[in-house]
Amino acid sequence: MKFYFMHLMPYADLDLSYDEKHNSAWVTLPNTYYDPKKGHQLYNRYLDELEYADQLGFDGICVNEHHSNAYGLMPIPGVMAGALARRTKNVKIAILGRALPLLNNPLTVAEEFAMVDNITGGRLIAGMVRGIGAEYHSWGVNPAFSHERFQEAHDLILQAWTKPGPSVFEGKHYNFEYVNVWPRVYQDNPHPPIWIPSQGSSETIEWAAHPDRKYTYLQTFASVSTVARYMKMYKDVAAGYGYEATEDQLGWSLPLYVAETDEIARREAKEHIEAFLQKFLRMPMEMLLPPGYTSVKSMVGAMSAKAGHSMKQTIDSVIEEGKFICGSPATVREKLEEYQGQIGFGHLLTLLQFGTLPAELTRKNMEIYSKEVMPYLRNVTARKAA
Amino acid sequence: MGFVENTETIAGCNVRFMRGGKGAPLLFLHGSSGAARWAPFMEKLAESYEVFVPEHPGFGASDSPEWLDGMSDLAFFYLDVIDHLGLDQINLVGGSIGGWLSAEIAIRNQTKLNSLTLVAPAGIRVKGLRKGDVFMWNAEETARNLFHDQSYAEQMLAAPPSKEGLETVLKNKLTTAKLAWEPRFYNPDLHKWLHRILVPTLILWGDSDKVVPAGYGPAWQELIPNSRLEIIENCGHVPQIEKADRFAQLVGGFIGEVTR
Repeated sequence: MKFYFMHLMPYADLDLSYDEKHNSAWVTLPNTYYDPKKGHQLYNRYLDELEYADQLGFDGICVNEHHSNAYGLMPIPGVMAGALARRTKNVKIAILGRALPLLNNPLTVAEEFAMVDNITGGRLIAGMVRGIGAEYHSWGVNPAFSHERFQEAHDLILQAWTKPGPSVFEGKHYNFEYVNVWPRVYQDNPHPPIWIPSQGSSETIEWAAHPDRKYTYLQTFASVSTVARYMKMYKDVAAGYGYEATEDQLGWSLPLYVAETDEIARREAKEHIEAFLQKFLRMPMEMLLPPGYTSVKSMVGAMSAKAGHSMKQTIDSVIEEGKFICGSPATVREKLEEYQGQIGFGHLLTLLQFGTLPAELTRKNMEIYSKEVMPYLRNVTARKAA
Repeated sequence: MGFVENTETIAGCNVRFMRGGKGAPLLFLHGSSGAARWAPFMEKLAESYEVFVPEHPGFGASDSPEWLDGMSDLAFFYLDVIDHLGLDQINLVGGSIGGWLSAEIAIRNQTKLNSLTLVAPAGIRVKGLRKGDVFMWNAEETARNLFHDQSYAEQMLAAPPSKEGLETVLKNKLTTAKLAWEPRFYNPDLHKWLHRILVPTLILWGDSDKVVPAGYGPAWQELIPNSRLEIIENCGHVPQIEKADRFAQLVGGFIGEVTR
């Protein structure tokens, strides 16, 4: 199993009482809540944390893309990846954006990813997503065409990476007379690894698991039972295509906090994970699921599920569901070993900074995790593989 | 009087129709919430006209065809619908995006039209005059913002949709997004060609419309040469529901005046 340090780069200095006046930390939260002086400090602190992960022996670091919000300050994740490309030496750099349907010219992603891949000598992992629903409000892009624009942008980028240029691309949303991206990708056999982060979607799994692709499906922030269900679905779909999915095709991304004891971990994490859940993630259904973002059927499902789960998420509820792992090294090892054994994911992306978690606690979390959790799980999973 | 309901297959697309009444043909084109039921204003119009109420492709019980990508597709499709029904001297009436659609039909081919009534149409943009963000409104905000008289909103909220009803709401919303998400509720080219509409045109607007503000009325009136604007007082975005009597009276009076 491989270990990644994932960052969202939240605006941790957010005035958390914003929700007395505004219904979301996304789309419509006035950017006057953002102070560039504090932002300057935060960006540099967060980049330091990502670089520190390289020194601590993580296999990879992950940056992310979201727009017009306090939840994550990386609207253009390539800027972060570019900064990290030169300051890290060993880690893979996963860009988990880009939100392809938002772009009028997806070749910018083919170029940006190829540049990072060249600078790092092949340490790039190429994420491709549709973005969350809120993005379609912020960017004005029509969510009704989200799926078809995603497919088409993906095909265009793959063509740019794998077909000698210049070539012609004839699509519905995108058309090019000369697809001829310079630089070519460094990992050209056949192209950099592609990861597909998703909140859980059978259509996405069907597509990612196809033998032409075999892309790594990354389940983001979901309960253990949901993670298990979607990963089983991936394996079943792969089996249906006549091949066996490897652990390398499955990844899980979740927040985690490990401290000296269960009690300390819970006490230190509580305020910050609850800020993440209740303040940074806050948005109404209309923002989260604009029309066409998911099928009408899944939307009816989501709306009835939402009606049943209108309870506020707390540290207890997310620990209970396994959406958040929190505890002593022994507790965290035990849970991860159990889940990995049951579910069989090969990539574990941990969000070791979340919400308002300050620098000292983030570093402590990273250190304990990398020293007391990672090596143990590396051994366990290596033994299993052998 | 009542109505009958049937499905017609037009250019390969199944379209649900309601129709009722006798007289000159009146084709009503609904807005983004569809036309699931025979509304009181339809019944009133059916006293004087043969009223046709299709559900647009992508709405309600009609098909969602692969080819439907935008308002232009829908406008051309309705030229097929008019041919299919074999209608002539049509009184075309459209509300909201149905008004937009009616204008798009008329600039393409108005030879089968006798008159045009646009009820708070979307379709053009006046810079600085912001439309309501219907895609951001929840069910309650939508109901409240649609009507001036809040008792209509209360009535709507008192009867939340069933699971099937919710599917229709979401289907209608999806097609509305296809037609109108970006550019938001307008066609940047439409205003350039509205001068081609020569049939007599009535523009109706509620004075307290929160979806497409009444300030759009004068802009439409200026762009369509042979047009007249009527503002309905104490009325929101759907005068045909909120002021059904006044609506039927204005539409009937106008058609009577222009029909020889």
